[in-house]
Amino acid sequence: MLDDLDRDRRGFLKCMAWAGTGALFAFDGGVGSSMGLDAALAAPRHTAAAPFTFAQISDSHIGFNKPPNADARATFREAIAKVKALPQRPDFVIHTGDVSQLSRDEEFDDAKQMLNELGLPVFYVPGEHDMLDPDGGKAFLNRFGKGSQGAGWYSFDHRGVHFVALVNVADLKPGGMGNLGSKQLAWLKDDLAGRASSQPIVVFAHIPLWTVYADWGWGTDDAAEALKLLARFGSVTVLNGHIHQITQKVEGRVAFHTARSTAFPQPAPGTAPSPGPLKVPTEQLRNMLGITDAMFVRGHDRIALIDSTLS
Amino acid sequence: MTRSFKILTFQGAALVASALMMLTVSVMTKAAPAPPAAAVTIGNFTFKAAVVTVKPGTTVTWTNGDDIPHTVVSKDGVFKSRVLDTGDKFSFTFAKPGQFGYFCSLHPHMTGAIVVKA
Repeated sequence: MLDDLDRDRRGFLKCMAWAGTGALFAFDGGVGSSMGLDAALAAPRHTAAAPFTFAQISDSHIGFNKPPNADARATFREAIAKVKALPQRPDFVIHTGDVSQLSRDEEFDDAKQMLNELGLPVFYVPGEHDMLDPDGGKAFLNRFGKGSQGAGWYSFDHRGVHFVALVNVADLKPGGMGNLGSKQLAWLKDDLAGRASSQPIVVFAHIPLWTVYADWGWGTDDAAEALKLLARFGSVTVLNGHIHQITQKVEGRVAFHTARSTAFPQPAPGTAPSPGPLKVPTEQLRNMLGITDAMFVRGHDRIALIDSTLS
Repeated sequence: MTRSFKILTFQGAALVASALMMLTVSVMTKAAPAPPAAAVTIGNFTFKAAVVTVKPGTTVTWTNGDDIPHTVVSKDGVFKSRVLDTGDKFSFTFAKPGQFGYFCSLHPHMTGAIVVKA
């Protein structure tokens, strides 16, 4: 067990050493486990058997060109190359939002073109940066929202796992945080109704579905209502972006995980005057370290996590 | 005697009043080229100052000093900026008294208010 812990810790630190990030998820008996892409590339797989894998990319902010990253396209390309180089080809990729910096057509088109080079299906959810066109999200939806409902939510099944893509960046309320809204929650209730509680569920959305840091709006106001609907399921994995760093926790049978950005790091909660980009020197950008100290430790039958401190 | 004195007094008062009116008009004329203005800066994901009190007719200009885009959106649909990238500005003229709460639609924990008082 200690060996496992140590191995996972090393894998995690390797993952931390790479700023242009992505995360690889393997499903093993319906229980998700996670490792950094570098660990996946370098090490023999430490999951016993993986019926399939998929990759998560987040917060590409195509168009961002300020310190600490003058070219978010270049680091996005590097992240995609990491996915391409994986020893086991993922079945698909999810992008958990903030595809663009300013919802400009060329930002979306470039992101799409680069991701298409993978030759894999890509599933998107919008971030708040993808809602900035004059029509409030149409530019994103026209490209990435085919078959989705409302502001872009949908679900699909893959090899027995049910994937739910939620949107918590539309119609945000003054003074609030992320928001799902009653219409989407009603849809989620219908979507989950009749499913066996033994079916593994993966939920992905841009803003964390738990409150990481309310002062910076890092949470979703009505997430509890969604989690109530998910409570009867034996394995629920919630994947988010938005905060540009890894944080994780387990609550009951729900494992939460946020991915790093491919564009720029953000400070750990409360460690800076604002959540603006962490302006690390260029040579450190790809070695962004030490803003989180969370890690995965896999138990026998589910994801186990050692909580990160919020500092 | 008394009557004529009274008339004189009345005339004097009228003169003073008309002089005062002329003075008022002249002050207003002088003020016209520079309509009242106020500024709100956006920095570190906050509106500074969060509450600004102005007179009716004041044009308020927001400037985004952050390296992350923001918006300025009235809570009641009175005004709404396009997305403001670094250095971008948005102005709105508040004609009528009232309290106008607003927020950033990207980062809704960012809130502010313009109080318009005569």
